Amino acid sequence: MSRAGATRSAEVLPGFSDVADYFALLKPRVMSLVVFTALVGLVRAHGDLHPFLGFAALLCIAIGAGASGALNMWWDADIDIRMGRTRTRPIPAGRMPEGEALAFGIALSVASVTMLLLFTNFLAAGLLAFTIFFYAVIYTMWLKRWTAQNIVIGGAAGAFPPMIAWAAATGSIGLESVILFLIIFFWTPPHFWALALLRKDDYARAHVPMLPNVAGEPETRKQILIYSVIMAGVGVLPTALGFAGLAYGAISAVLGVIFVVFACDVWRKERGAAAQQAAKRLFAFSILYLFLLFAVLLVEGMFR
Amino acid sequence: MAAAKHSKKGIVLTEEQKRTRRKRSIALALVLAGFALLFYLVTIVKLGPGIFQRPI
Repeated sequence: MSRAGATRSAEVLPGFSDVADYFALLKPRVMSLVVFTALVGLVRAHGDLHPFLGFAALLCIAIGAGASGALNMWWDADIDIRMGRTRTRPIPAGRMPEGEALAFGIALSVASVTMLLLFTNFLAAGLLAFTIFFYAVIYTMWLKRWTAQNIVIGGAAGAFPPMIAWAAATGSIGLESVILFLIIFFWTPPHFWALALLRKDDYARAHVPMLPNVAGEPETRKQILIYSVIMAGVGVLPTALGFAGLAYGAISAVLGVIFVVFACDVWRKERGAAAQQAAKRLFAFSILYLFLLFAVLLVEGMFR
Repeated sequence: MAAAKHSKKGIVLTEEQKRTRRKRSIALALVLAGFALLFYLVTIVKLGPGIFQRPI
């Protein structure tokens, strides 16, 4: 568990970073997915939580996700500076001192967990605290630089939000929230490995042991296909177990088949522009897949 | 961002630093006000009508 090297020293005094840079620390795009999946968990739980407390719980989950992002950017600043996708982030770009991002992340972590405890219950707050710890410490500080299975295990952090929201609404962890967790958990590897195939050189420069760099591209393509098949199967479980309706079952089955077809394409096309195109298409479709699946669950949950 | 200058009066901030600090102060004030409002509304929602029936 050691950081790979020094980061660029900040060009700003502590306390003089721009507001936009604090916002960037929260990883707003990741946060939007967290809030959306948590909203689905909250709506489908059908708990007796007051709508305003539900809103407050979502806000706490969003702040907790942002705190994780800030802590991740603090720890990973030394590798962010070596990758094209991340070198414009506030710390590697020299727009924010490292300590300030650390303080920001810790303050938001404590605030989000404390508020969720006060607003809802101990279980939800405990799950949020564990999620922040899992993402910032287990994934960022340990798994990411140690094993090619980093995003398989670390993906659990991104899968917890609907379960946290479910716990906030009901005070328990229902089987349906576990299914929602599993959908995101099995979705994460094909999603990130498609990106890793496209950014292989970036990860190699940063010495991050992503699967394509460690096990090679053919093995990564095979793993993408395996996880895609499992994910497509898990995707239809809400209907198979009677939680969701036939509309969700049909849509999730069709989307799952398309996902597996795209994953097959990634598996078959090993070289050149066609391989790049296949990985790009799978990456883009994976985002749409998760969004549509949860959107249908949300609509069904609202009108059930 | 240009570095702050040291003079006999202490550290003199540049115009850009003053602007950034002002933006940050306003953002912090808005966030704090938002949290105060959030806690107020959550208190009302959690206590409900009972808020008027608490023993003094």
